[in-house]
Amino acid sequence: MKNKNLKAFLYLLPAILFLGVFMVYPLIDVLVYSFEEGYNSASQSFFGVGAYNYSYVLHDTYFLQALKNTFIIVIITVPVSTLLALLISLGLSSIKPLRNLFQTVYFLPYVTNTLAVGLVFMILFKKTAYTDGLVNLVIKAFGAGPIDFIDGPYWAKMFVMCFYTVWVVLPFKILILTSALASVKDDYYKAAKIDGTPKFRVFTKITLPMISPMIFYLVITGFIGAFKAYSDEVAIFGTDLNAAGMNTVVGYIYDMLYGDSGGYPSYASAAAIILFLIVFTVTVINLMISKRKTVY
Amino acid sequence: MKITLEHLTKKFRSKNKKDPNDVIAVNDFSYEIPEGKLIGLLGPSGCGKSTVLNLICGLEKPTSGRILFDGVDVSDVEPEHRGIGLVFQNYALYPHLNVYQNIIFPLQNLRGKDKLPKDVMDKKVMDAARLVQIEKYLERRPAELSGGQQQRVAIARALVKMPKALLLDEPLSNLDARLRLQTREELRRIQRETGITTIFVTHDQEEAMSISDYILVMNSGRLDQYGKPQDIYDDPKNLFVAKFLGTPPINVFEGSIKNKKLVIGEEETLDFDAPDRDVWAGIRPEAMIPDDAGAFGCELERIEVMGRDTSVVCRHPLCQAPTVRAIIAAEQAVGVKPPVARFTLKPSKVLVFDKNTEERIRPGAEAEDEK
Ligand SMILES: Nc1ncnc2c1ncn2[C@@H]1O[C@H](COP(=O)(O)OP(=O)(O)OP(=O)(O)O)[C@@H](O)[C@H]1O
Ligand SMILES: [Mg+2]
Repeated sequence: MKNKNLKAFLYLLPAILFLGVFMVYPLIDVLVYSFEEGYNSASQSFFGVGAYNYSYVLHDTYFLQALKNTFIIVIITVPVSTLLALLISLGLSSIKPLRNLFQTVYFLPYVTNTLAVGLVFMILFKKTAYTDGLVNLVIKAFGAGPIDFIDGPYWAKMFVMCFYTVWVVLPFKILILTSALASVKDDYYKAAKIDGTPKFRVFTKITLPMISPMIFYLVITGFIGAFKAYSDEVAIFGTDLNAAGMNTVVGYIYDMLYGDSGGYPSYASAAAIILFLIVFTVTVINLMISKRKTVY
Repeated sequence: MKITLEHLTKKFRSKNKKDPNDVIAVNDFSYEIPEGKLIGLLGPSGCGKSTVLNLICGLEKPTSGRILFDGVDVSDVEPEHRGIGLVFQNYALYPHLNVYQNIIFPLQNLRGKDKLPKDVMDKKVMDAARLVQIEKYLERRPAELSGGQQQRVAIARALVKMPKALLLDEPLSNLDARLRLQTREELRRIQRETGITTIFVTHDQEEAMSISDYILVMNSGRLDQYGKPQDIYDDPKNLFVAKFLGTPPINVFEGSIKNKKLVIGEEETLDFDAPDRDVWAGIRPEAMIPDDAGAFGCELERIEVMGRDTSVVCRHPLCQAPTVRAIIAAEQAVGVKPPVARFTLKPSKVLVFDKNTEERIRPGAEAEDEK
């Protein structure tokens, strides 16, 4: 018995070492930095130990703006993209002949580079000296004035941001949900049909519970992904996100480390720990709900 | 409810695009299923049994032919309006609902004037659960039940709406041997108690023989023969039916009729009143009685004793199968000695078939056959 345990441990050793060096150690290190006041990476020195970094970060208007942006993106894009993906997958599974074509179309953004998709969005939404952008042309056709989506009001920028995020995460979710729908055995639908189950009841009582593990998986990974958003923002609004008012928490951490105003690893660490705590709490709540709702 | 199938035919478009021929799953199937009986639909895999059930319950529409319930044509009626209960081969119980929720599901579908008050639904569920004896497990989910219990839940779910007919697609094939035996008796009891016209599909002939009132034998989409189990066993219409019924299976030999005798190899085994011709001679295992002076001899291989059966395993060059099997009484085994076992044949258990058409030849019927 002991021997067996030792053997198992030996097999696991490379993975444990790897995880330890690249995941656990940095995490602990970040935690340590976040409590060291005025840490200087060049001299490896600091003034003292305390919660000052947290206090600074939590009073920093840029951080608060980033936190607000992140929360808005999370709260809007996760439900919207999951619902949209569900609707599209249901449509795809019911029209058999077109399924393959549509699957390719919806999957294109997934295999396309984020920055390339961002460029397309810029072209669609950006107002320049020569043109108002494609979207504005459409809006104008309806008689409304042009809106500057990239440098204009906050809600317009946020709209583009959420639109873009949903667009980027949609293909993966559609892929997962169409295969989840396809894996529900036909016999359940046949049984329901013989019993004269109304269509809507079939959906809520059979389809939805059967694919619920996959939906929860998408919601959990969706939350985590949205909380870590950063590159999508850069793709649309450029690297100076603070100036655009569109920064995210990860963007703030990056700026604190390497940005023009960077060089503050202690502040960055404190912000990283705060983000970690938020993501951790949300994920635990998610898992608890999904445990209670899915039963098999 | 009486179910009448009239020239029922179902063709499927071939999956292989290059093959223009349709798959004919059910071919000109006509039969009248009597009210309140247990019918066994028997046939080898792929012969169209499931398709017949799907046609009756409406999941598939016939290519041609009609289905009548008590004389009313229902060929174009949707499944939910046919009032039929179906139990799937893998039961198709909803895994996320417990037993109670599974059984009540069909009742909750009722809308409008058919809608039932809660206490009536509850009573119906309890009645159905009691009938199949699963009232102790109402809180459990399907995954927490044994195969036999799941099957009973599936039957309860099909019965709770008091269907006019109950269809079961290979209901016992997922169970182990002992549970199968027990569950098939259970099935018989439930059918008797409810008096619902029941059709159950199986490819196990013993299962069909043991509990059915009538058996339908299907072969590649066609209805080959129907009747009471024992009648079909004793008097099969053709070689296929004869081979399909009976364990161990019938022994089939190449033979001929010469001078009103059935000849296998050089041996004149039996008197047989029919014109000369080449035949298949089918000899039931219980037709072979050990007898040193018997007319039929086989090279003895071994004697097997299995429970109450003693079987003599032999070889014969003209047999279709590699071995010939005879079931004998235990006390007769002492007389069987190598190298050659000799048997007398019971004429009633020897069935003769035309070599080409594989249709049955009955003794004394030559006048008709000659034409
Ligand atoms: N939806 C379908 N499309 C095309 N061919 C089909 C379809 N359903 C059944 N078939 C064909 O029809 C024939 C009869 O099928 P069926 O399922 O009725 O057989 P079965 O007797 O129930 O067999 P088993 O004992 O294996 O369940 C088979 O050759 C099968 O390949
Ligand atoms: Mg079948």
